[in-house]
Amino acid sequence: MIGRGRAAAGRTAPVGRRDGASQSRTRWRDQFNGWLIHHRLSAADSMNRVLDNPFSSAMTWLVIGIALALPTGLDVALDNVGQLSASWDSPAQISLFLQDGVSDDRARQLQEELAGRGDIAQAQFVSRAEALEEFRTLSGFAEVLASLDSNPLPHLILVSPADSAAQSSAAALRAELEAYPDVAQAVLDMEWLQRLNSLMELSRRLVLAVGGLLVVGVLLILGNTIRLAIESRREEIVIVKLVGGSNAFVRRPFLYTGLWYGVGGGLFAAILVSASLWFLRQPVSELAMSYQSEFQLRGLGIMGGLNLIILGGLLGLAGAWLAVARHLVEIQPR
Amino acid sequence: MISFDRVSKRYAEGHDALREVSVNIGRDELVFITGHSGAGKTTLLRMIMLMERPSRGQVMVDGQNLAAIGPRGIPRHRRNIGVVFQNHRLLLDRTVFDNVALPLIIAGYDHREVGRRVRAALDKVGLLDRERAMPVTLSGGEQQRVGIARAVVGRPKILLADEPTGNLDPALSAEIMQLFEEFNQVGVTVLIASHDLALISRLHHRIITLRHGRLVAGSAA
Repeated sequence: MIGRGRAAAGRTAPVGRRDGASQSRTRWRDQFNGWLIHHRLSAADSMNRVLDNPFSSAMTWLVIGIALALPTGLDVALDNVGQLSASWDSPAQISLFLQDGVSDDRARQLQEELAGRGDIAQAQFVSRAEALEEFRTLSGFAEVLASLDSNPLPHLILVSPADSAAQSSAAALRAELEAYPDVAQAVLDMEWLQRLNSLMELSRRLVLAVGGLLVVGVLLILGNTIRLAIESRREEIVIVKLVGGSNAFVRRPFLYTGLWYGVGGGLFAAILVSASLWFLRQPVSELAMSYQSEFQLRGLGIMGGLNLIILGGLLGLAGAWLAVARHLVEIQPR
Repeated sequence: MISFDRVSKRYAEGHDALREVSVNIGRDELVFITGHSGAGKTTLLRMIMLMERPSRGQVMVDGQNLAAIGPRGIPRHRRNIGVVFQNHRLLLDRTVFDNVALPLIIAGYDHREVGRRVRAALDKVGLLDRERAMPVTLSGGEQQRVGIARAVVGRPKILLADEPTGNLDPALSAEIMQLFEEFNQVGVTVLIASHDLALISRLHHRIITLRHGRLVAGSAA
């Protein structure tokens, strides 16, 4: 662009505003304005091109949307499970299931004995009759239970260790209590929580791996879409390069195309995840109610949705950049 | 303005497009390049706009050695040169106005300036009333004039034309040549490759003749 003003001024009608002392600053500002203008033009033109083919654009959006929605949905689900398990995390509790033949009195006696121990903070006795009653009201299996001849449930003593934080001591206590002759089985409730936590960790990594793969997939899809767009405008690119368009100039509309595909895909993903959560909300809260829990499904939230759209946009730009870097250089005027 | 100093171009397959061509073209000249097809006319033009690099020798344009311009400098160099192609090379999905505006958009002019210059250029080639038309609705001669408007809209110092009248009848060809003469009269260096000897010999400008890549006539003004 340097020399253009000079060329004009030296020859035919000079352009007034390019003359004078402030010329270089004006030229700099003109260049910046021109740059801005072309960004605006490219963004609008790319958007028009995307909207001109609503069907194929929607397909691209949907493919990207599904690829992004999958890991996001799993992540939201894990988040919910994590939130649920956090409220159960402590204190550790040992459930002592007593032998079948143990009487109510003997069980009560054992409970008092245990409560007196220094390493036990609390021992709560749940008789088999109480347990049955509780089960009847909460489980919804009242009719089935009524048809049983005898109570299948054992007596239960719930033991809270004094030092619930130390897992090793709780485990030792569990082993000691299981050795009692009246105790059929001692279960440390931490165990399933630990298992749940390891399971959660495993799932998290799986989601990460799946998410990583799908992100690569999204990049490839976008790269290919942009490659096709470049191919279909090959002649135009050649002409633009012939009349002095820089690589950045040629690249710009394609980067915007990628951005729009990515942003649209992110939006589709956010809609898909929100719709699935909405679809699950009712049965989940019913299930939670049956466990006497106030648990509510936590959704994506506005920030989560925005993040998804931004992520989509960034992926779109990255995919477009990959395609553009590979294919635009190849297109040279011949 | 443009000087070739012992320029040769040999393609990878061993074909020599130009051999030891030396020629100087002054700032306000209009020069025709002629020769049979394959004589090197197009190669000469392509070197000036850096679509091609010489195998040997040196090309200077507007005081600059083209060998010193790297790939990143090519767009800027091309913006100072207007080019008219035989097959027009218009964007068929854009209006006449948008086609002519392209070099200005690339150079980053604001839209008022773009509008003013595009209309001035279209007026010059007599197509002011067709600015909203699509190129395919125009005749060959009109399309060529759109190409010329696009080439001059950025007010380049140099105007190159490769067989600009190749597909036109004699009357239209003469009109097009007259346009080039008018641009030359306001100080643009014009270089036209053409094999229409009957037409160009009537116009009393320097004629450079190439044969098998060698310059055989017209090396000096």
